[in-house]
Amino acid sequence: MAYDPLVLLDAYRRMRAIREFEERMRREVQAGTVPGFVHLYCGQEAVAVGMCMHLRDSDYIGSTHRGHGHCIAKGCDIGEMLLEIYCKQGGLCNGKGGSMHIADLRKGMLGANAIVGASPPIAVGAALSQKTLGTDGVAVSFIGDGASNQGTVAEALNMAAVLKLPMIFMYENNGYAEFTGAGYHLGGGQIAKRASGFGMPAEAVDGVDFFAVYDACARAVDRARRGEGPSAIEAIAMRWYGHFEGDMQLYRDPKEVDRLRANSDPLKKFEERATAEFGLQADELREIDEEITELIDDKVAIAIAAPKPPREALYTDVYGSY
Amino acid sequence: MPVKSYREAITETLRQEMRRDKRVILMGEDIVGGMGGSSGVFEAAGGTFGVTAGLAAEFGRNRVIDTSITESAIVGAAGGAALTGLRPVAELMFIDFIGVCLDQILNQQAKFRYMFGGRCTVPVTIRTLMGAGYGAGPQHSASLHGMLASIAGIKVVTPSNAYDAKGLLATAIRDDDPVIFCEHKFLYGESCEVPDGEYLIPFGEANVTREGNQVTIVAFSRMVLLANKVADKLAKEGISVEVIDPRTASPLDKDSILESVEKTGRLVVIDEGGPYCGMASEIASLAACEAFESLKAPVQKITPPHTPVPASAELEQEWIPSLAKIERAVRATLSANL
Repeated sequence: MAYDPLVLLDAYRRMRAIREFEERMRREVQAGTVPGFVHLYCGQEAVAVGMCMHLRDSDYIGSTHRGHGHCIAKGCDIGEMLLEIYCKQGGLCNGKGGSMHIADLRKGMLGANAIVGASPPIAVGAALSQKTLGTDGVAVSFIGDGASNQGTVAEALNMAAVLKLPMIFMYENNGYAEFTGAGYHLGGGQIAKRASGFGMPAEAVDGVDFFAVYDACARAVDRARRGEGPSAIEAIAMRWYGHFEGDMQLYRDPKEVDRLRANSDPLKKFEERATAEFGLQADELREIDEEITELIDDKVAIAIAAPKPPREALYTDVYGSY
Repeated sequence: MPVKSYREAITETLRQEMRRDKRVILMGEDIVGGMGGSSGVFEAAGGTFGVTAGLAAEFGRNRVIDTSITESAIVGAAGGAALTGLRPVAELMFIDFIGVCLDQILNQQAKFRYMFGGRCTVPVTIRTLMGAGYGAGPQHSASLHGMLASIAGIKVVTPSNAYDAKGLLATAIRDDDPVIFCEHKFLYGESCEVPDGEYLIPFGEANVTREGNQVTIVAFSRMVLLANKVADKLAKEGISVEVIDPRTASPLDKDSILESVEKTGRLVVIDEGGPYCGMASEIASLAACEAFESLKAPVQKITPPHTPVPASAELEQEWIPSLAKIERAVRATLSANL
């Protein structure tokens, strides 16, 4: 496949933004400035970006509790995301959602979701809207390896297949369901094979390799836009950090993460190939790095200083009318 | 004015709302029926109780969608479709099945608007069947409107007659919040005058089905019919009973209930939901908290016992609040004095 350098630069910018965002969140959690729980996406950047590069604002994604990367990849405003994570006024959910419920319908982001396995049926509904309203839009559900075992996922796969919906099931096998390894919790071992049982194309790809993810997503998204029905992709990319930030990770060999950083860094892999084969310059990537660092410094400072929601906000937006 | 059954009124409303707004779609198990069967019959069911019969012929299978038996996908997809431009009406065949898909209501649809900071609407209606009396046994007979009414973010509707069913269903479909519309399976054959044209009944406005000044009965769904019968019987003895049908369990028309209790000083609550943490307890609590000074007698709660619904016809009849029990409760409250 040929890759437009502008597309690649955009993809790099999004992946770098996710990495910088998450590393910064990690430091902020350790410094005690962040309320609640955050679940970091480092190591999986190529999955969200490899998919969302193919999507428009009018396409929908359903996300997970580990949703920051999906939000950034789909184009949510980083400043408004940070305001939300800090539960401040002006956040994407006005401070009432927090890290695990960030949503932005203007960007087609149907919400991070703190219930494991809850978002696939919702995304199927978005795909049903696309079909019923006669658009060529699609819906994507990001599903962790842990969630892949939930019955809701099987129900969603079945409905998408039966109704031939423009839907992509984007499995992210990051190796662990909370503190339990995929080698134990995943009956049959291969998620993609389960999806193919519903009669849809399903393939497993190296989720650390942006190009592999990007190509697989192109096939799935094109098929959905052509009205040919759902697909599934299993992207395998280990997470670098704990289930949540602060997780002691007693289940994990401490050297595993060192090995991942050294050998399975999606950004390094991307840079190596993009500079060697597709003409991107290391300098221009470093410029992006600096811009991103500055942007996030800026937005974190704004979020920390921003006002909290007013007391009245407790009672608003439960209903449209009541 | 034409007389229509509760079933006919609901079908007519679905048809009118689908004609009025292309974004309204129906989805559920066997709401058409016959897909994949060997007979080739276009509509093999029209819903288990025939409520959606004839709609697929008019609107096509893309708007009247038969699904697999997957309640989480039906209700969940209806919620996702509601977030993204449709106004789905999902059918949950029996309210008992809410156990299979409660997450999509409790944690998803009910919370979307709040947790997304008010930046979405969730115009989904879930039609479902409640109520005992068919010998259908413990898993097809429950009345869970009280449990659902405890969930912030959803509205719960319990029509007791055909006229209300039509106006309340139209309101539900046009409402921008999730609505659980609880149809009582024993009411489908009950008829009354129902206009052909469209009309809306606002949520949170009780209907006073009998006016009186000695005792207030608050009753939901099918229990309103029983309450009316008891009120009519006692009226012949000169006992004046007021019957209030809140029509929606959430929002609840507290003002109408309190106004009546302040007038009569005596309250009987009848509900087919359970005796604990349900609408009967809620309304008894409302009277105790907000009309205590007006009460002349202890509040009487008439509900089924704290058990599942039995299959045995004899036991089931014992389980359902009866006319005799209601009458006894009214007489008891009249003879008690605080």
